[in-house]
Amino acid sequence: MLYAILCYAHEETVFAWSREEEEAVMAKLIEVQTPYAEAGKLGPVGRLMPTTAATTVRKGSQEPLVLDGPFAETKEVLLGFYTLDVETLEEAVAFSKALSAVNPGSSSYEIRPFLVFRPGEIKPSETKT
Amino acid sequence: MTDIAWIELALTAARPQALGALLRYFRDLDTAEEAFQEACLRAIRTWPDKGPPRDPAAWLIFVGRNSGIDVVRKRSRNDPLPEEEAFSDLSDAEGDMADRLDNSHYRDDILRLMFICCHPDLPATQQIALALRIVSGLSVAQIARAFLVGDSAMEQRITRAKARVAKAGVPFETPGPAERAERLGIVSAMIYLVFNEGYSAGITNPDSAAFCDEAIRLARLLLRIFPAEPEIMGLLALMLLQHSRAKTRIDTNGQIVLLEDQDRSRWDSRLINEALALLDKAIRHRKPGPYQVQAAISALHARAPTPKETDWQEITMLYGLLERIQPSPVVTLNKAVAVSKLEGPEAALEMIAPLAEKLDGYFYFHGVKGGLMMQAGRRPEAREAFDRAIALANSPAECAHIRQQIDKLGAVTPPVV
Repeated sequence: MLYAILCYAHEETVFAWSREEEEAVMAKLIEVQTPYAEAGKLGPVGRLMPTTAATTVRKGSQEPLVLDGPFAETKEVLLGFYTLDVETLEEAVAFSKALSAVNPGSSSYEIRPFLVFRPGEIKPSETKT
Repeated sequence: MTDIAWIELALTAARPQALGALLRYFRDLDTAEEAFQEACLRAIRTWPDKGPPRDPAAWLIFVGRNSGIDVVRKRSRNDPLPEEEAFSDLSDAEGDMADRLDNSHYRDDILRLMFICCHPDLPATQQIALALRIVSGLSVAQIARAFLVGDSAMEQRITRAKARVAKAGVPFETPGPAERAERLGIVSAMIYLVFNEGYSAGITNPDSAAFCDEAIRLARLLLRIFPAEPEIMGLLALMLLQHSRAKTRIDTNGQIVLLEDQDRSRWDSRLINEALALLDKAIRHRKPGPYQVQAAISALHARAPTPKETDWQEITMLYGLLERIQPSPVVTLNKAVAVSKLEGPEAALEMIAPLAEKLDGYFYFHGVKGGLMMQAGRRPEAREAFDRAIALANSPAECAHIRQQIDKLGAVTPPVV
């Protein structure tokens, strides 16, 4: 099964991390991912800008509406996602648990099977990881 | 990161919303602050064991409200006059918290909390200090260090500012659209003051440099609750762009490095990309304002891989737009610098000549004038302008920068025999 693993968190807290705190957390998250990447099980990974940089296109009565901000005004917002190719849900749960263990705070990870998945052929140029 | 460190971050993040709601509830800043403080103490005691709540702000409002009610009840028992009138909704103590949170109050709560720090009678430094204390929750000692004053002096300053705010009366009614827009403008200006304090004082004092991060955090917060305001997008973009150069604008000796001499590979591309994304959003609104235009100018520098590739034509055009929407001699001065890149120093000197009287006490004016005179080969006049700039310098770094210019001037002057 091919899974998308979605990371939710309070962005007020996450974007208040100092550069050092951020680097420490990222290093630990990379550590969790490395074995999966080496086993060829990890697909594209993305991290998203703050929701203040988001735009939402919503269905209007005639034309689609283009609105500022994220899709929903909830306290917890989508921060990023992982794409994981594993045999079982258990393995996806284990991966998410490991991420959760090294991620401070109340982040949640939503595991949701893909209906359609396209790896794409984009070559990221501007966004550095 | 330890649990406690995370909890402290979460408390700071929840502070504007929680304190804003408690202020609306108790209608008294001191009571609200005490209630919030008590809720934070309980959070530090209980969150490590029970885990953090899903919505820290809601938790803090709920706990803070209950503890505040206890305090007010005790006070009113010792007081012959009932104080029930002093705050609203006491009978609603068991009321549904979620209900109060889900309505749109919270964005006006946060805006109000920021707005009361911007009282027109308060000088800029007091507005900054008050906002950092009340909205950001920085300690008095932290703020005092940044302003290079003693703790007790800063404590006094903040107490006086708070008294001023209380005397003026806090506007609790939900603002109408026009009022809200006016408040947003005033609060945006205050946030930019906080940023600029960090930007200029941060050169020599790392305690002030943290103000830049704090201002960015406040602007993100403001934009999150007012997501369709292009000027807030512009303000945030402007600060992100200026902050992206934080590591390169001062060298290891504490000397100022001009934009054209900065190592562009060390500019923070993450902050730049976020700013560019915000500007793209803002421009769609087709409602240009001073922050958006300044951010757009800054973005043109960020987009130029080398100083030579800077689009001075576009920058001159944008300064012209800024002159129209917010005329000021400083804007004209900046436009003249852009013009000098296109048409040479004499054209720019002609533009700034009429500004001499208005900007006579302004360091940057004489620095720019000296630089242009130097380029034009008018050395004695350059020297005169640089001397004037040194006399007006606001920091040792500014002073040292002008001295370097004078050295350059000396290097091309034939030695006096």
